[in-house]
Order: sequence, then structure tokens, then C-alpha cells
Amino acid sequence: MDSFQDTIFKLKRYWADRGAVIQEPYDLEVGAGTMAPETFLRVLGPRPYKVAYVQPSRRPADGRYGENPNRLYKHQQLQVILKPTPDDVLDQYLGSLEAIGIDLRKHDIKFEEDNWEAPTLGAWGVGWQVMLDGLEITQFTYFQQCGGMDLDLIPAEITYGLERIAAFLQNVDSVYDIEWAPGVKYADVRLADEEQFSVYNFELANVDRLWRLFSEHEAECAELLAGFAPENRRFPVLAAYDQVLKCSHVFNLLDARGAISVTGRVGIIARVRKLAVGVAEAWVRQQFAVEEAVA
Amino acid sequence: MPDFLLEIGAEEIPDWMIEPGLEDLRAKFQAAFGVFGGSALVTDGTPRRLFLFAENLLHQAPDTQTILPGPSVSAGEKAAEGFARKQGVSISELGKMQDAKGERYVFHQLTQGQSAAQALSGKLPGIIAGVHFPKSMSWTGKGGFRFIRPIRWIAAVLDAQTVSFEVAGVKSGNTTRGHRILGSKEPLPVTVATYMDVLRDNFVIVRAEERKQRIETGLGADVQKDEELLRTLVYLTEFPTAIRGGFDPSYLELPKEILSTVMRHHQRYFTVVRADGSLAPEFVAVTNTNGDPDGLIRQGNERVLRARFNDARFFWQVDQRKKLSARVPDLAKVTFQAKLGSYADKVGRLVPLAAEICKALEHRSKIDASVVQRAIKLCKCDLTTEMVREFTELQGIVGGLYARAQGEGESVAGAIYEHYKPVSMEDTIPRTPEGQVLSIVDKLDTLRECFKIGLIPSGSRDPFALRRAAQGVIKILFESRLPFSLMKRVEGQPALVDFLNERISYYLREIKGYPYDEVSAVMAPEETWLANLADRLDALHDVRPTEDFEPLAASFKRIKNILKQAQVDETGPPDPNLLFPGPEQDLYNSFVRVRESARASSSYREKLTAIASLRPRVDLFFDKILVNDPNPAIRRNRLALLDSLLTEFSTIADFSEIVTQGASGAKV
Repeated sequence: MDSFQDTIFKLKRYWADRGAVIQEPYDLEVGAGTMAPETFLRVLGPRPYKVAYVQPSRRPADGRYGENPNRLYKHQQLQVILKPTPDDVLDQYLGSLEAIGIDLRKHDIKFEEDNWEAPTLGAWGVGWQVMLDGLEITQFTYFQQCGGMDLDLIPAEITYGLERIAAFLQNVDSVYDIEWAPGVKYADVRLADEEQFSVYNFELANVDRLWRLFSEHEAECAELLAGFAPENRRFPVLAAYDQVLKCSHVFNLLDARGAISVTGRVGIIARVRKLAVGVAEAWVRQQFAVEEAVA
Repeated sequence: MPDFLLEIGAEEIPDWMIEPGLEDLRAKFQAAFGVFGGSALVTDGTPRRLFLFAENLLHQAPDTQTILPGPSVSAGEKAAEGFARKQGVSISELGKMQDAKGERYVFHQLTQGQSAAQALSGKLPGIIAGVHFPKSMSWTGKGGFRFIRPIRWIAAVLDAQTVSFEVAGVKSGNTTRGHRILGSKEPLPVTVATYMDVLRDNFVIVRAEERKQRIETGLGADVQKDEELLRTLVYLTEFPTAIRGGFDPSYLELPKEILSTVMRHHQRYFTVVRADGSLAPEFVAVTNTNGDPDGLIRQGNERVLRARFNDARFFWQVDQRKKLSARVPDLAKVTFQAKLGSYADKVGRLVPLAAEICKALEHRSKIDASVVQRAIKLCKCDLTTEMVREFTELQGIVGGLYARAQGEGESVAGAIYEHYKPVSMEDTIPRTPEGQVLSIVDKLDTLRECFKIGLIPSGSRDPFALRRAAQGVIKILFESRLPFSLMKRVEGQPALVDFLNERISYYLREIKGYPYDEVSAVMAPEETWLANLADRLDALHDVRPTEDFEPLAASFKRIKNILKQAQVDETGPPDPNLLFPGPEQDLYNSFVRVRESARASSSYREKLTAIASLRPRVDLFFDKILVNDPNPAIRRNRLALLDSLLTEFSTIADFSEIVTQGASGAKV
């Protein structure tokens, strides 16, 4: 039986063999692998790109104090971006399942419609949730828009839910029983995070300070964007995007603290979205203006 | 004559779009190629293929002749020669034709019909591109071809011959693909004759009906019927196989509503029921495989279900730590609608509205107002629970289950449980008067408040499902017969009054099947309550076929027109002293008699029968009496008689709305 990390190694190897750059996780808090710049910014513009990386994804409101066997505040996604989408993308994807030891002839695979939308990123796509014997193991999305812009090349985004896949492969009922490495359980590695961050996210995070932080990060990003100079290749668009990610994470914390009403939510989402769209547009102008001029 | 086969091979198409997509493909194909005849046109599909089969097409479309008009004969030979040259023929090949302006030269242009192969390869790309889907995508790049999911192959075969064309960079060919996992990995050559068999050998059942039968055969008699789920599974699979699994009976302590929502809605399993109707600890999953020889698929599904049930059990336990009654203050943080405030605000509005309605019902029906008020206070509290956050479709039901578990009493719990009912026209209404009133005030409040801020449904836009809310209120009022006025609750909101009237009319016509004119007739008098409206309609519908009724209705129309033309307002009752003996006096006497017996009767059927009996007197009156008498006092008195007649009986229905034979010819 493969350990959790063996499964991850095999998936990375599989996609590396198909030409993907293997990246490390982005080093800021994100709610999903999509938000890492390796996806959000790389899907923009006309340049082909293939990348795969594990992204720990923090969703403060999903925490359950380590008491629920299937719900985690922080779970790990293996994110694959294939831009443009190869014609045999689904065969390649199914091949990756074979590569981690799933004999597809003995299991039931279904592709069920599941369209994806990230309003804070001005992004949406269509695709499926991939069901393996009734278990959702992957989100597969054909990106259509990102940062409010139609995409030049349509990328396929494959997001594997690593804990679920490992629990399936190891035949365990609780994520905490997954063997992470030989002799080391998931609980040994991650249970303390779940316990402590649930307390922080739901009970102790200082709401007033979070609101101030949100405004500060927003202001920092807006100020950078206001001074954007497209011809300057050193202009820190990437730094501006970091501020968007920080806003987004603070927003999620506020949400977990119950500080955001449904009415307020729409307004906050619009504020983050405005920044994200601004960054995406700046990135496209900075990186691809020359190529467009040549074309 | 050749047969034609088209297969659009795509990545997995959403199950609910396959039938409408095929329907559209069929219609567009028919429109484009109808000229080729054909004895049958069949469409069908699976998640990975839309298939079309046209039988016995003509090899070649019939030739068509077009008449091209040329110059007038009077314009001379020169003009005719020019015209002939332009058509590439000699002048002797032109014809002549007479029209309004004289004789002119014409050319009978013959266009040879296209061959089927030519026409198909020319037009199919456009047809495929034009198939409508509610949400399409592009995959070849910005501004590129759009379809529901990427097209990966196209088979287009006329008998055994490939029809060549290209769509979204995919060249048509004569090959198909088998089942993703079980079929051959290679493209499979097909002809019209071999298509079905080749696919069957590769684990694809092309016909939806056959997949359906295959699933049904595997279900077993103890499986709960679920047509919607069945249809979904038919279009989620190419080779469906039903497999049975089980779960630990200890989960049966969870409410069956929660268990079956998890199984049916979230996992797409059929539930299994015992002889006594309770849930059995089993389920049936439908796989896209040829069986499960090692039981691995069963085990996998069982594990997923166990995790789901554990979640539900966990939510239940966590939720019980805080009773519904302790959650009331939390509703201030749950938004109902941005401009309409929180659910605490909504509940605050429901309290007086329900009190008003309970008061109106006080002496007419048996209803416990304190139960209604308690249920109102608690009915939205389940929105703050983990269970409803996870299973939003169980809102209300969860509240009812929790209320019961927390000792709120059956009548309060039942009212909460059912307060979203009816969710559709097919759904049943809440069973108790308290539940009915709770459901009505909840929906009525939504309607009143949304209309106040201009959230009014238009066309297909109805984001707050206000039509459904109105339809729910109306269905409850008709079926429960609760005796209170709906329209009194929406006074001062003319747009909402119109909206509700339109929904009432719709309900009576489309759901109950009453004719349009009868509905309009009984809706004309001011509403007392809807059950009363239903009684009048019912009576009208029964009495209408009787001999005297329609002629009398025609007379009422005539009376109405006379009064309108005479522009009389307040006539007061007729003066019996001014009545002339004969038809006029007779009508008056009959009217008084019928009025008394109609007033005395509590049956609308009797009332209407009595009114209809006036017909001979009315006919005779119009036959013999001139309303417009030269003497103004007499004229006025006659108008007063007619007005009394009209007014007296118009509280039941406006008979002039009834469409009668030859009514248009009635003279004043």
C-alpha cells in the first residue's frame, strides 16, 4: 500500500513525465490551488504552460476541531494546469489514476457536471466532478474566464482531492487514519493544526483587527495598481497579487467568525474582485503587450 | 435509398442537457434535409455521443425551377438578347409570360438538386454548431467554436460512405469509440448497418430506453421508485449496472428524510424500503460498468455513504447542543434579502400577519393561534444549523424534526416541518390548519415585501421564485378552504393584486381545467375567499350546459350593454307602480321571486338554476318591451329593473363574461 506521500510522488512523477513543471506550494494562505499565481496568472495570455503542484488550501469555515473524520480546515490539493488543453486530456487524467494504483476496470468512474465559479477572482469554467465509486475525487474544469477576461488558450484545470484519494486507496474511514509516511499517521502530522486553528478561526481571531488588516492589504494593492507602468517589466504586479491573496484569506477568517452578513458578503467580494481583476489586467499588459504588438 | 448516420462524439455531456440537445439537433436536421425525404428520423444519445439516424434518404434532392423575370416584350429584341446573354442562353430559350404590366420575357432556370452527400457535408457543420445548449463552452481558444463539451470525434456515414466535413478542427470519419474503460482503445469503424452492434460489443448501449430497462431490471421490487433519479442515471451511463449495497442499521436512528436525501440527492442511490414502508439499511447504486465481480465498487460506495451518514450524525449531535429556541437571536445575522433585512425581521413581520389571519378565521374554523405563533418564532431557526448548511434542501424539515426532538409538541413541529410545502403544483399542502397558515404567511410576506421593492417577476426572470410562492398560497387556499380573504392582505399593492389574480386564473384554467370564460366570470365579483370562488365556479360549470343558461348569459351581456349606453349610475330599485302589466310586470315578479329563493338557498347550484329559470321572462321582455320609452320616467324605471337584475346576480358571477353561441350578433 502506498503512503500519502507515495501517492503524491507518483502523481507528480506522472505529470512531470508529460511535460509539466513541478512547482512547490505557494507560500501564502490560499483557499484553493486555483488562487496560487501559478494558476491565476499563468492561465492568462497566449503562452502555453503546464504545471503541477500540491497546494495546502485553507478554508477556515470548514474546520471541525479535528472531530469530524472528513472535514478539514486545511486540506491538500494536487493542482494540474494544462494550457492549452491537449485533445486526449481525459485519457491522460484517467492514466494518472492508473498510475496511483487504481484499476479502472474494477471501479466505477463517472464525470458529473459541475461548473466552477470564483467570484472573488472574476473566474469561471465548466467541467465535472469526477466520481470514483461514488466518491468525488477530482474537480475538472475548462477555464473560460479569469480576472474577468476571456482566456486566449483554454486550459484544463485538474484538482485532485488528495486526502480523499488517499483514504480511498488505503481503505480508511477517517482522514486522520491515513498513513502519511510509513508508521506516521495523518493525525500525527496535522491534527494539532485542525484543533488549534479551529479555535482561532471560530473563536479568537480578532474581528476588528481583521477588518483593519483587510483594509490595509486592500489599500496596499490599490496603491500599487494606481502606479502601474506597463512598460516596466520590474513593476511588482506579483506583489500586488500577494495583497489580493491576503485580502481573500482575511475575508475567509472574518466569514468563519460570522462577521460577514450575506448582504455584506456581496460588497466584500466585489472589493476583492476589483483588485483581482486589476492585477490580472496589469499582468496581461505587462507580460504580453509586446507579443500582441508583434502578432 | 441510402441511410445516414451521424454521431457527435463529445466529452461527457451533462445528463439533463442530452434530451433537449437531441431534440434540437433533430429539428435542425429536419429543417435542413427535409427535402431529401426519408422514412424515419431517430435521435438518441449517451453522455459521450449524440446520435442521429435518417432512413431512406433520396440520393439527390429534386431539381428546382426558378422563373427569372426579364424585360418587357415591348422593350424590343435588343433588351431580350441582353437578358438571354446574362443567363448564358440564346434568346430562343427564353419564354414569355403575361403579367399586370403586359407581356415580358422570362427564363426558367433549372437548378439541379444537390446529392445527399454534398448537402450533408455542406450543411452539417452549421447544424452541429447551431445545436442549442443552456451553457456552452469554448475549448479551442478565444472566440473559437462553442459546444456543450469538447467534440472529440464525428462519425458521418451515408450507408458505408464517409460524409466529409470538419467541425471545431475535428474531421468527420467513419469511426466511433467504445466505452471509456471497457471498450476498445482504438477507433472502431462502423457503417449504418453495424453501428449499434459494434458499440454494444464495446459496452455502449446507444438507446436510452434500453439503458433504462437495464437499470429497472436490476433494481428489485423493494426499491423506492424515483423517475427523476432513473432518468439522470440513464444519461450518466453508457453501460449501466445496478448494484446493491448496505449500511449499518444503527444509522436508521437518523430521520429517514436525512438518510434518503443523502442517498438519493447526494449519492444518486435508490433507497430500499421494507414491507411496512420504513427504510431498509440498503441502497442500489447504478454504475457505468459491467458488474462488480470483486465487490470493490460496492465497498467503495458503502464507505462513501458511511462517511456521509457519519457527517449527518455529527451535524445532528452538534445541532442539539443549541435548541431552536436558543437560536432565535441568531436570525438577526441571517439575511433574508439585502433590502428586506434579516430573517429576524421577516419573523417580526409574520407575527402580526398571522395574528390578523387567525383573527379572521376565529369563528369560522378551528385553528390554534398560539401554535401558529410558536411555529413562526422557530420556523427559520434551522437556517443556522449545521444540518441545513449541509443539506439546504432539507430546510423546514430539519426544523420540524429538531422541534419534535426538543419537545415542542407535535402541532408546532408538524407546522414547521411542512411550512415550505407545497414546493410544486404536484406537491401536497401542509396537513394542519396551523401548518397551512404558517406556509401562507411565510410566502405572502415574501410576495408583499418583494413587490414593495420592485422585485417583480418578468418573463423568465423570477429569481425569488415568486410565481411558485404565489402558486403555493393559492393551492393551499383552494385545497384547505380556509375562509379568509387573500386580497384583503394585499390591499394597496395593485401590481401584486394583478399578479395574484393572474396566478389564480392560471391555477383554475391550467391546473384545474376550467374554461377561460367561466373563470373570468366568477373572478369578476369581489373576492371573499378562494374556496367560495371555487364553489361558484363549480356551480357555474355544472349549470352552464343546461338549456336556459347560455341564452340568459347572452341576455345579461345585452343588459350590460344597454346600461352602459344609457350611462345610468345610481338607478335605485324600480318603482313597482310604474311597471306596465304584461312582460314587464311579469319579469319583475319573477325577479323578486327568484331573488328571494336565491337568497334563501346556500347552494350556488340552486341559486344559478333559479336565475336561469328567468330566461323566458327576460326573452319576452326584450321581445315586447322598448326600454327606451319616450317617457323618461318609464325609461328610467325599466333601466332600474335591468340594473337590479344585473346587480343582484353578479355577486355570483359576471355572466356577460360567458362566451355564448352567436353572442356577437346580439343587438341592443
